[in-house]
Amino acid sequence: MTLSAFMQNVANAVSLGSLYALLAIGYTMVYGILRLINFAHGEIFMLGAYFAFYAVSVFLLPWYIAFPMAILITAIFGVLLERVAYKPLRNAPRIAIMMSAIGASYLIQNVGILVFGGVPVSFPNIPIFSQVCKVGGISIARVSFVIPVVTLIALAVLFYIINKTKVGTAMRAVSKDYEAARLMGIDVNTIITFTFGIGSVMAAIGAILWGMKYPSLIPTLGLMPGLKCFIAAVVGGIGDVRGAVIGGFIIGILEIMIVAFFPDLSGYRDAFAFVLLIVILLVKPTGLMGKSAIEKV
Amino acid sequence: MNALRTMNHDRRNQILTALAIVLVAVLLVIANMTLSKYHLRLLNLGGIYVILSLSMILINGFVGLFSLGHAGFMAIGAYTCALLTMEPAEKAVNFYLKPIVPWLGEMHMGFLPAMLIGGILAAIIGFLIGWPVLRLNDDYLAIATLGFAEIIRIVLTNLQTITNGSLGLKGLPKMEIDVFGLLPESMHGILVLNLSACIWIAVIITILFFVRLIRGSYGKAFKAIREDEIAAEAMGIDVFHHKLLAFVIASFFAGIGGALLGNIMQTIDPLMFRFLMTYNVVLIVVIGGIGSLTGGVLAAIIVTIFMELLRFLDASWMLGPVQVPGTAGVRMVVFSIILMVMVIFKPQGIMGRREFSWDWFLSIPTQIKEFSLNRSKKEASADSKKGCE
Amino acid sequence: MKKISLMLVLVMILSAFMAGCGDSGADSGALPEKIIVGVFEPLTGANAGGGELELQGIELAHEMFPTVTIDGTEIPVELAIADNKSDKTEASNAARNLVDSKGAHIVVGSWGSGFSMAAGPIFEDSEVPAIGTSCTNPLVTKGMPYYFRVCFIDPFQGTVMAKYAFDEGFKKIAVVQEVSNDYAVSLAAFFKDAFTELTGDDNCIVSTLNYNTNDQDFSAQLTDIKNSGAEAIFAPGNFTETALLMKQARELGIDLQFLGGDTWETPPLLEIAGDAAEGAVYSSFYDPAAPLTEMTATFLDAYAAKYGDEQPAGVTACGFDAYLLALDAIQRAGSADGPAIRDTLAETKDFEGAAGFVTLDENGDAIKPAVIKTVKDGQFVYKSFVEPF
Repeated sequence: MTLSAFMQNVANAVSLGSLYALLAIGYTMVYGILRLINFAHGEIFMLGAYFAFYAVSVFLLPWYIAFPMAILITAIFGVLLERVAYKPLRNAPRIAIMMSAIGASYLIQNVGILVFGGVPVSFPNIPIFSQVCKVGGISIARVSFVIPVVTLIALAVLFYIINKTKVGTAMRAVSKDYEAARLMGIDVNTIITFTFGIGSVMAAIGAILWGMKYPSLIPTLGLMPGLKCFIAAVVGGIGDVRGAVIGGFIIGILEIMIVAFFPDLSGYRDAFAFVLLIVILLVKPTGLMGKSAIEKV
Repeated sequence: MNALRTMNHDRRNQILTALAIVLVAVLLVIANMTLSKYHLRLLNLGGIYVILSLSMILINGFVGLFSLGHAGFMAIGAYTCALLTMEPAEKAVNFYLKPIVPWLGEMHMGFLPAMLIGGILAAIIGFLIGWPVLRLNDDYLAIATLGFAEIIRIVLTNLQTITNGSLGLKGLPKMEIDVFGLLPESMHGILVLNLSACIWIAVIITILFFVRLIRGSYGKAFKAIREDEIAAEAMGIDVFHHKLLAFVIASFFAGIGGALLGNIMQTIDPLMFRFLMTYNVVLIVVIGGIGSLTGGVLAAIIVTIFMELLRFLDASWMLGPVQVPGTAGVRMVVFSIILMVMVIFKPQGIMGRREFSWDWFLSIPTQIKEFSLNRSKKEASADSKKGCE
Repeated sequence: MKKISLMLVLVMILSAFMAGCGDSGADSGALPEKIIVGVFEPLTGANAGGGELELQGIELAHEMFPTVTIDGTEIPVELAIADNKSDKTEASNAARNLVDSKGAHIVVGSWGSGFSMAAGPIFEDSEVPAIGTSCTNPLVTKGMPYYFRVCFIDPFQGTVMAKYAFDEGFKKIAVVQEVSNDYAVSLAAFFKDAFTELTGDDNCIVSTLNYNTNDQDFSAQLTDIKNSGAEAIFAPGNFTETALLMKQARELGIDLQFLGGDTWETPPLLEIAGDAAEGAVYSSFYDPAAPLTEMTATFLDAYAAKYGDEQPAGVTACGFDAYLLALDAIQRAGSADGPAIRDTLAETKDFEGAAGFVTLDENGDAIKPAVIKTVKDGQFVYKSFVEPF
């Protein structure tokens, strides 16, 4: 492989990895607090992409108004999802909650097919993002530069919220020990709502960037990225935001590099993430960044 | 009735079970003769879902492990059975892009061994997968099994010289089992079971097997693990061994279910075995009540029928004089809503952990009597109150 | 336990009677009140996009020709729509539903060969003829006496594109195929064979890469092609993924010629790929700009009147033709009887459809010309015409 081809692959991997990272954050945050795989997170991601599409292409808003609006509406849906599908089951057995998560995911997808239609729609083309730049031998759309930058900014804001604000402290407390946090006077429900809100915001940002890079929207859009990003969260150590980011990048790089070095394996590409998941679970079940949890008896 | 009561309890139940099986068999024969092919097909599909849901209930309901890998094991069973039963000539037609590997192309056997090999292969893969992943718990296990099912599907898609890849297999022969096939030739053809018969015999065997398994010492151990893994371990139950056993059994039956499903379809391809397939089984298990074999059997049949009944939702319908145009997809939305409502408001399903038992069944008349007695008592007391006023 | 096994044997004996029973009587000679044309399309799920486009054509044809004349009696035609949900299990249920419950006399569809292959045995079993719209896999009609189609098949299409590539002077070609899509895999295989034969160069296919349905990132595959020395890319996948593939190729600075097949021809491809699709060349069923028959003009006018200025997709024309051929066959047969319609259908010669004249060969496949088209200024435009060979 030539150097320029390798660099091109690195560039591809970084932008794919950033997108996975943004989506993985939502999984890891919800898991950290509720110990629940939010199977419907991929669908929230899909909604975010469609809202942005409607705001720009149907309501003809300029993108700098449309995108924040889409993000906001997605966050509202994320919170709504928690209220409807998870809150009534707070004390139910875990299997019931997981079923509810899978059910919600399926419901949103089917409603999506009904409302948005099965025909793919084109995500709006925003010229300042879609121009192609050439650096040396590699060629990249501007959006591929924007993606890691936006990801970094979003992460910085998120870390600030988690580590420096009162809500963030409360979130960490709930994630450490749900019951103790409640006893300390933390309004757990508000914190859960807030967590779902932030997770959905991240998913919506990811969805908009995703839409700009891969501008074809279908209602089943969230399925595969959703699964892969959950894996990213587990690989990084679920419950840990830094872990989710690292996991996202690992999966992005893995997917690109294996195909780059072994083109014959390209048909197996979707399996890489799952293989990695199983390897990690066997070698270090808590993930790369995870601390080993003490099993309570 | 009196004879029944005085008889030895176990013996009575055995006889009742046997009678029930005969009754079911007679009903099925009648159904087979009177129902249209469409309805018969639904009935058969319901039977297959019974097998699948029981195998999922074993692992998810009784052992308390959340496994989402059913579609993968079904795929293995379906492909094995199909490849072993198809005529070499039919295989040559199917593999028109890349020829099938010679050793597999030549292989040809009867349905019963092929189906069993399918189940056993699924069980072996289940063992290989279960060995590493069953050390995980809850959500990790769910996602790892889901991952394995996906991997199986992707491998099947890419192994074109063995599975024909995405082209799938078509022209699977119609299932027929010659009961006396192994006996001398003069006995052949006396008793040949058709597809419906094969499926329902498999269903009955599966139900009996699971009932015995759950009632026996293994079942008690499984439930102990579900309730409290650590306590179970302390009681001397080898938790990992039991989990693995349950997982392998579930894989076996999923493989059998897959083989039968392939036969009913007469065509299979890797896309059939996406997560959606597992989801359908999960749906049945949730509605039936996770942890109840009875619930699984009932729900499998109910859900299969409902899936079809709700088909009208996709077609156009009349609202008074106005024709509402049909919108495809309404049915699936309605179905998803039913599932959500079920999970949220009745997470224990229609049966919860209750099971059908002959004691309960025989006590129905007494219960009704008591119920009406109570009611008349209540009415009487209400009347007397009225009288006071 | 003894009892139970005894009972099982009993069940088997009873079930034996099942074998061979359950055939319903065929339609008698009397004319039905209305002719029911079953529409068998994926309207939800992964392939809903293609299904909707074909449904447009079928509905349009139904509006224009709502009756059929048998023996001088005008009989209204009704559409019975069944969604096969882009899923094989559902597909065979939907097919059973169409022939048994809805009583379809003839069926049109489906988009996606896999669903047609699942339904084939059912239509044959119930003696209901079916006309495929754009299912191009050879296996749909092979060995299926009741399945016909109005489109050409993959071997023909693959060869057409290989010839085109050869005539254009390309020597090295990279193939990107949707490995989980039977259509793409077989088209790619036929293309490769034909192209290797034409060039006489065993290394003319420099690279074969795979992706899966619903994948969105192709940058790794494309980077490989960029460095493979290919002069053109043959990418016969679905329009959804292909649009993204083209867009990403341009972003990566790949300016190679894109070659593909009929599924590209949908408005979303142009919308999504935008400028990136410019110059791409593919084979298709018909071209609206160069009318093939008188019916083409009629179809285009009606389409414009109903759906506005948008160009109809190739598959919409196929849906339209399938419906018309169904009506034509019933009229020629002068009967609503399945086998009679089948026999007439098999003799179809020079039937005038919107997408060209259709003659059916001994397999029931349409022998009809292909058109080579290209994308120019955001439009699909006619390039050349290839007679059947």
